[in-house]
Amino acid sequence: MAIKEYEGDVIRPPQPPSFLKWIRENLFSSVLNSILTIVLLPVVLFLIYQVFIWVILGANWKAVTQFPMLFAVGQYPRDQLWRVGFILSGLIFILGVSWGRWGGLLRSISLAAGGFLLVIAVLPVQHPSLTLNMRIYLGSNLLIALIGYLIGNKTSIKGYLIIIAWILIPIVGVVLLAGFKSSSMIPAVQTTLWGGLLVTFLLAAGGIVLSFPLGVALAFGRRSSLPVVSAFSTVFIEVIRGVPLVTILFMFSIILSLFLPVESRIDRLVRALMAVTFFSAAYSAENVRGGLQSVPQGQIEAAKALGMGNFKTTIFIVLPQALRAVLPAIVGQFISLFKDTTLVVIIGINDFLGIGRSIINSDPEFVQLRTEVYIFMALVYWIFSYLMSLGSRRIESALGVESNL
Amino acid sequence: MNISEPIIKCRGVHKWFGDFQALKGIDIDVYEGEVIVIFGPSGSGKSTFIRTINRLEEHQQGEIVVDGIELTHDVRNIELIRMETGMVFQQFNLFPHLTVLQNITLAPIWVRNWPRNKAEDKAIELLNLVGIPEQAQKFPGNLSGGQQQRVAIARALAMEPKIMLFDEPTSALDPEMIKEVLDTMIDLAKSGMTMIVVTHEMGFAREVADRMYFFDEGRIVETGTPDEIYKEPKEDRTKLFLSQILHH
Repeated sequence: MAIKEYEGDVIRPPQPPSFLKWIRENLFSSVLNSILTIVLLPVVLFLIYQVFIWVILGANWKAVTQFPMLFAVGQYPRDQLWRVGFILSGLIFILGVSWGRWGGLLRSISLAAGGFLLVIAVLPVQHPSLTLNMRIYLGSNLLIALIGYLIGNKTSIKGYLIIIAWILIPIVGVVLLAGFKSSSMIPAVQTTLWGGLLVTFLLAAGGIVLSFPLGVALAFGRRSSLPVVSAFSTVFIEVIRGVPLVTILFMFSIILSLFLPVESRIDRLVRALMAVTFFSAAYSAENVRGGLQSVPQGQIEAAKALGMGNFKTTIFIVLPQALRAVLPAIVGQFISLFKDTTLVVIIGINDFLGIGRSIINSDPEFVQLRTEVYIFMALVYWIFSYLMSLGSRRIESALGVESNL
Repeated sequence: MNISEPIIKCRGVHKWFGDFQALKGIDIDVYEGEVIVIFGPSGSGKSTFIRTINRLEEHQQGEIVVDGIELTHDVRNIELIRMETGMVFQQFNLFPHLTVLQNITLAPIWVRNWPRNKAEDKAIELLNLVGIPEQAQKFPGNLSGGQQQRVAIARALAMEPKIMLFDEPTSALDPEMIKEVLDTMIDLAKSGMTMIVVTHEMGFAREVADRMYFFDEGRIVETGTPDEIYKEPKEDRTKLFLSQILHH
């Protein structure tokens, strides 16, 4: 017999239970639980089976697969698609450079974006939209991300240049998408033709980027000791929060144009963006204000005792702590903003949801297939919302929100 | 040492919180290099007084002159005085979102406009002084209370202040950590720093204090050297309080 190893007083951590033990402990721990398990398990399995069978055999994804470009960019002129592609690749390039410079979460995002486009590029199906040129373009984005990574990682590119690029690319992007009346290279494209994910992203990203600083400003405004500033901020926040987004959208799309002279009409899409931005800013402001209140007075006193004035105290001490405290709430706010952009359908803007609806209504055959279309759209919204939520959790742990506050 | 002019001059300092009068005419002169200990029961105004010196509390009547600058509503003067006056708080008040090193270098870089290298060299030197150089990259939340308070002292010293104010620096500490903070403060006192310390640590007072002030109900009840205060307190109120804190 082999020498038995002495195990003596070695105390081992509790081992996770075996599979059977887990089932016994969690599903059959009492008579009631056993009955619930026996009744519910077949029901759940049956539902899963039904869904599975429907997805594989019953569902007809024709209405979704037939119009990929509509879902992506709406009616944007097909001969001008290179502008959208240019911006998409530009974003992926900057993303890659940022990944090379800072690493972390940016790596996953860059690779996921490039990889996703590559997967579409090599899909083994025939499709009129998937021309050889399109496949080459889509596939090259991963390469663009990697080139960006090498530039960010191997050269000593300055961080602030990358940030300037991030600020410039949306501005350049919108100008490029809109074009100029007089230009033959980039002729003007009416925003009525913009649609699909392009518009959804423009509204969501624009709304997030613009509403956040506005919300922070309103939060400080509401706490300001200047009565006019404080009253204005309070009224703005309370009025916007007391009104449904639909109302604000209507107000900006209809009433605003009644008041303004015809020649100074603001573009429809811009008005929708303003509505979404103001709506989100009012909510962000209250979130940020909660964060500002959570910063202990002692922090401010410590900063002041070191000779820091109000501005430096706010920038270096109060704001970072306030924003860290409310980061989850703010990301939640951004996720609802992303989903709320679907409401622009009612003022006639064809965002992603609007495109889906118009596809369904375009053909009696597609009306029968609306379930598939809605499931597809729900999935797309869920994926992006979930990515935002995932990103927020990564940022939280990187900032040590839980451990250091 | 310049004996002629006090570095802190307080004349008839009054302070009200609403209708409650917290300070009822405080006169104190502090000369360069002196260590002053202020003690007294809670609510006696000792913390309020030390906080008026760097204007964390505003006095409504009387005169406070720090390093030749009078404290008025002039924000420039207030910030100048705060640059010359380090403060250590009961609750440490380290910035939880910054590392120990960043806590210490923040004000020198952004208030004194030092280059980062100079501020970091100074921070490392100070962390060595307070005995925790190995903690530079940690966040305050990962340090013990005693270590946090020593970082807070280093943070205040990084601005190269002429005066250090301590507002009950050991009151929030576990007993076994009080000594490490007091030792740091004793070293600092012996190095010639001008200090005003609100504390009940009588061992500390006896070792380094030049003068002690006993506060009660917003007034200075009694003042003297540690020997005078301990051995022959003149006022009954002082005797009673000393007997309570020394023989509890």
